[in-house]
Amino acid sequence: MSEYLVDIKNERLSFFTPAGEVKALNDVSISLKEGEVLGIVGESGSGKSVTAYSLMGLTAHPGKLISGSLYFNGHQIEQMSDKEMRKIRGNEVSIIFQDPMTSLNPVYTIGNQIMEAVLLHTDKNKAQAKERAKELLELVGINEPEKRLKQYPHELSGGMRQRVMIAIALACEPKLLIADEPTTALDVTIQAQILELMMELKDKLGMAIIMITHDLGVVASMCERIAVMYAGKIVEYGMTEDIFYEPKHQYTKGLIRSIPRLDTKEHERLVPIEGTPVDMLNPPKGCPFAPRCDACMKICLREMPPVTNFGEVHYTQCWLNQKEEFENASCEKGAANE
Amino acid sequence: MLKYVAKRILLAIVTIWAVATLTFFLMNMVPGGPFLSEKAISPQATAALEAKYGLDKPLIQRYFTYMTDALHGDFGDSLKQRGRTVMSIIKMKFPVSARVGGISVLVALCLGIPLGCMAALKRGKFLDSLISVISTCGIAVPSFVICTLLLYVLGVNLRLLPTMGLTSWKHYIMPVIALSFYPTAYIMRLMRSSMLDVLGQDYMRTAKAKGVAGFWILFKHAMRNAILPVVTYVGPMLAYTVTGSFVVEKIFVIPGLGGEFIGAIGGRDYTLIMGTTIFLATLIIIMNVVVDLVYKLVDPRIKLK
Repeated sequence: MSEYLVDIKNERLSFFTPAGEVKALNDVSISLKEGEVLGIVGESGSGKSVTAYSLMGLTAHPGKLISGSLYFNGHQIEQMSDKEMRKIRGNEVSIIFQDPMTSLNPVYTIGNQIMEAVLLHTDKNKAQAKERAKELLELVGINEPEKRLKQYPHELSGGMRQRVMIAIALACEPKLLIADEPTTALDVTIQAQILELMMELKDKLGMAIIMITHDLGVVASMCERIAVMYAGKIVEYGMTEDIFYEPKHQYTKGLIRSIPRLDTKEHERLVPIEGTPVDMLNPPKGCPFAPRCDACMKICLREMPPVTNFGEVHYTQCWLNQKEEFENASCEKGAANE
Repeated sequence: MLKYVAKRILLAIVTIWAVATLTFFLMNMVPGGPFLSEKAISPQATAALEAKYGLDKPLIQRYFTYMTDALHGDFGDSLKQRGRTVMSIIKMKFPVSARVGGISVLVALCLGIPLGCMAALKRGKFLDSLISVISTCGIAVPSFVICTLLLYVLGVNLRLLPTMGLTSWKHYIMPVIALSFYPTAYIMRLMRSSMLDVLGQDYMRTAKAKGVAGFWILFKHAMRNAILPVVTYVGPMLAYTVTGSFVVEKIFVIPGLGGEFIGAIGGRDYTLIMGTTIFLATLIIIMNVVVDLVYKLVDPRIKLK
């Protein structure tokens, strides 16, 4: 037994495309305790979603887990059969997707789709499942649940549909909820409502959440732990305060610089991170961020930096943070020579 | 809903009227007439026949007479088949074509849908390529070639099946294969492409994330969304198939409506041309309304206006 609910260790996952192997996840480790909220941030293609999907066994073809251990709630995910996985999916771990407009099946009623999840994982009969569906709709703040059960997805607004998706995800009171950019497709006021709802439900049901997003604002207000991903690697990991107040990786620093702030002067421009994301088919030899890094050194282009730990949780992978150890090492060498 | 049906019926009447009118004038513009024959008939005899069937009157007058009679349900006597009304011919021949055609459509659906799904699931694999080849052949090869091949192999060389008539179940096998080949191929292609589209949809991922088992994902979540193009195609296809194929009926010597259709045009049997055309038009219109209603049942997003 692990003290963690989720404990991913050294996960490597590749997509074997006709153009070649894409190393989508490269030595990713993540851990999360019960009831905690972890934010995974990073740009498109950095491996945020792939990490979460692999935990549910939803890795899309032609993706394949190469190595690593994925522990979740007493299960060793990488050793489980598809049939065993099905019992967990939607039951112990559920997911909310980015686009509520297309994530519900258009030809079935809301009631049918919520009840499906209940019927799959519990012994409830149809009438009980319907009761449960009504409860769930009330839980996620949808009015007139009786009427909504009979409605089709196209009769609801985007925000409502995302609430329905949350209701489906919560049908069996999961231990872990994965939210894959749950607010990206919604407008700002609805975004706030949905996030508030998620936090409220988290406290009520005591589940852990993995929040995948590229919105640092969302992460700052919701998460206890943050993983910053770049090119299939976690470049920095730590508690939210660590990441925001003592960022160690140049990419994290860049991300934080690019957030608009209330105290910026008028007409002052935001600082973007220059350059384009990595070509995952031909990643650079050293640190993947090196070509875009403004503090890039010679060694960065040659070798992948090792992990530097700051305290128990906070770590980063960046040569800049190895400087001291470097100097220490060379000093010792010098001393030995004398 | 009722309003919709009423509207469709009204539209159907207008359409059938237009089809009838167009057919009436077009067929009269075609040279020749029902009483021409290789044997010289005396002009007096021809005139007498024409007078009997009212063909000596001006075209406009004949048109109005025909339309009034048709409105009263009287489609007249066949000009070539003495002593038979057009209605009795249709009543006698349609069931034969409908039986062969109906079985063929059923076969096409039962084969086309699952094979199309399988091709989509095994995309890029051997099975997919094999099904693609078969469906391309089915669409490209005309029915008379298939009929001839079947006759040659199964009928003549192997002597497995009877080659003409419709007296036992064995007689149905070859015509049904010949008739269902094209629709099966077409349905397979439709099903494959719409299934591929549906399989990539977000709601399929949602279903998987809920823990729905593989078979149910396909059966419940994918099938209902993917079947729509097939429904669209099957409606009119059914109308055409049950009214009989001239080629297949001719080759296998089946006494069906398809043969009458072509025969009537060749012999300028004006009343029979009108009768069969109106019959086919009505059937197609009915099938289209049925398709629309089925559409509404399958996909709740569709509004009938």
